Amino acid sequence: MRRMKPILILFLLMASMAPRALWAGETSLGDIKVMVDSLWVMVAGMMVFFMNTGFAMLESGLCQSKNSANILAKNFIVFAIASISFWVIGWGLMFGNGTPYYGHEGLFMLSGADNSPATGDAYAGAYGAINWTGVPLYVKFFFQLVFAATAATIVSGVVAERIKFIAFIVFSFLLVAFLYPVTGHWIWGGGWLGSLGFWDFAGSTVVHSVGGWAALAGCLLLGPRKGKYGKDGKINPIQGHSLNLATLGALILWLGWFGFNPGSTMAADGELIGRIAVVTNAAAAAGVISATAVAWIVLGKPDLSMILNGCLAGLVAITAPCAWVSVSSALIIGAIAGVFVVFSIIMFDKLKLDDPVGAFSVHLVNGIWGTLSLGLFAQKSFDPANMTDGLFFGGGAGLLGTQFIGVIAVGAFTFIGSFIFWGIIKAVMGIRVTEEEEIEGLDAGEHGNRAYPDFVLTTPHGHGR
Amino acid sequence: MKKVEAIIKPFKLDEVKEALQDVGVQGLTVSEVKGFGRQKGHTELYRGAEYVVDFLPKIKLEVIVSDEEASKVVSAIQKSAQTGRIGDGKIFVYPVEEVIRIRTGETGANAI
Repeated sequence: MRRMKPILILFLLMASMAPRALWAGETSLGDIKVMVDSLWVMVAGMMVFFMNTGFAMLESGLCQSKNSANILAKNFIVFAIASISFWVIGWGLMFGNGTPYYGHEGLFMLSGADNSPATGDAYAGAYGAINWTGVPLYVKFFFQLVFAATAATIVSGVVAERIKFIAFIVFSFLLVAFLYPVTGHWIWGGGWLGSLGFWDFAGSTVVHSVGGWAALAGCLLLGPRKGKYGKDGKINPIQGHSLNLATLGALILWLGWFGFNPGSTMAADGELIGRIAVVTNAAAAAGVISATAVAWIVLGKPDLSMILNGCLAGLVAITAPCAWVSVSSALIIGAIAGVFVVFSIIMFDKLKLDDPVGAFSVHLVNGIWGTLSLGLFAQKSFDPANMTDGLFFGGGAGLLGTQFIGVIAVGAFTFIGSFIFWGIIKAVMGIRVTEEEEIEGLDAGEHGNRAYPDFVLTTPHGHGR
Repeated sequence: MKKVEAIIKPFKLDEVKEALQDVGVQGLTVSEVKGFGRQKGHTELYRGAEYVVDFLPKIKLEVIVSDEEASKVVSAIQKSAQTGRIGDGKIFVYPVEEVIRIRTGETGANAI
């Protein structure tokens, strides 16, 4: 009996710590819903966080080994930067009550009044635009933070192998603090595009195109990697150093997308998250297969890096329409994305816009395609309260037109804003490493590290120095 | 004494090594090298852009033998490294002035 005593005490302790309501029989279904919804949104958010690993592996794999440590450092620090800038001002600009163009209530540091998880008319606080989801404020913030960080991560791949570490850090801060939240406010924060009837479920435009436009501005000011384009216009491929890492990264991103899209329900609605997961996966599968086929036919061989980009292209494209299209439509959207990605990689190369990892083709081109595809394939029946039928389902071209306006407006704002920010950074501190450092590798130049100190470099630029 | 040096296809190394052991060769040095001969390089494709691989990977092996054994060793390499296709490589034979075993200081044929 004496030995039982501690156990009995422990049991009583546990009982007293359990939610009071469970014992008194007062737990409402609403309380349980908040718990389950929060759990789902947090887990989905953690999966999106894990996509940082995916981007880090994909980007380092598709770049040269002498720049690996630099790419990993950029991908690592970008989440830290975003965590702070989105908390300080990004969230408030994006979700704070305010004008159709930016939010200003509760602008800084999540300081606004808030009575989440109250929803709809019962909500009284500074962040009214996101009152449709019945989870606590910090759950909303965490989920939105991992999305904001994703947009900044996209930039990293495009500018890889030549950008100054400090320039990337400063730009990432500015992007997540000011540019991402403003267009995010237009669409998800109660702004003018949302009111116009523009839809983007999980961020083909809000996240992916924005990252792509920001990167495009950077790429133009930065120029191509040394040796990428010959004087006669010849394209000299600079091969990635590890397709193993690139494949690992792409598979992690594919996994992460099951948090990215189904998590954007921000509620544990079983029917909906299941369908969105299957729709998302269908687009990825179709993207893989069509990119493989196109590469095989057009290039002669099914280049693995194209297969990986095909998967990501399908995933980016389905991100906007995933809640409102059928699995069959998703297959078509993904297959077209896979075609776009291969041809646009070839096109950007011809335009001398040097993008080592294919991020323009994946995030920008297919972010746009995915956003427009909603105007073609959306079906009112999936969400009668909000959605209308797209062009292919008898709804006319109205929705497609609105989507088009959104693509242009967000593109113009983000590109011009990014161009100004990159330009200021270039003028103040410079954005590109020295030619000597680029040849030597950014690992040694920027960090004093080498990702592979005991490997012999055989790349043309690294050899023999 | 002679030095027999051969450039061979990398996948032939094991066969050549066994053939040399069969004719009594005691030691040999190999290096991974790159180069081209009449075979030239070839073009490959990366993300839609063509590039030329000028230098193909090869194995260079070096073996020191007595004058009498040289022709036996050359023919062992020639037979075992041959595929009959372009790019099989070449064998070079040089005279060697002196050989010294570092451990004992022995010189000449005894040191091989």
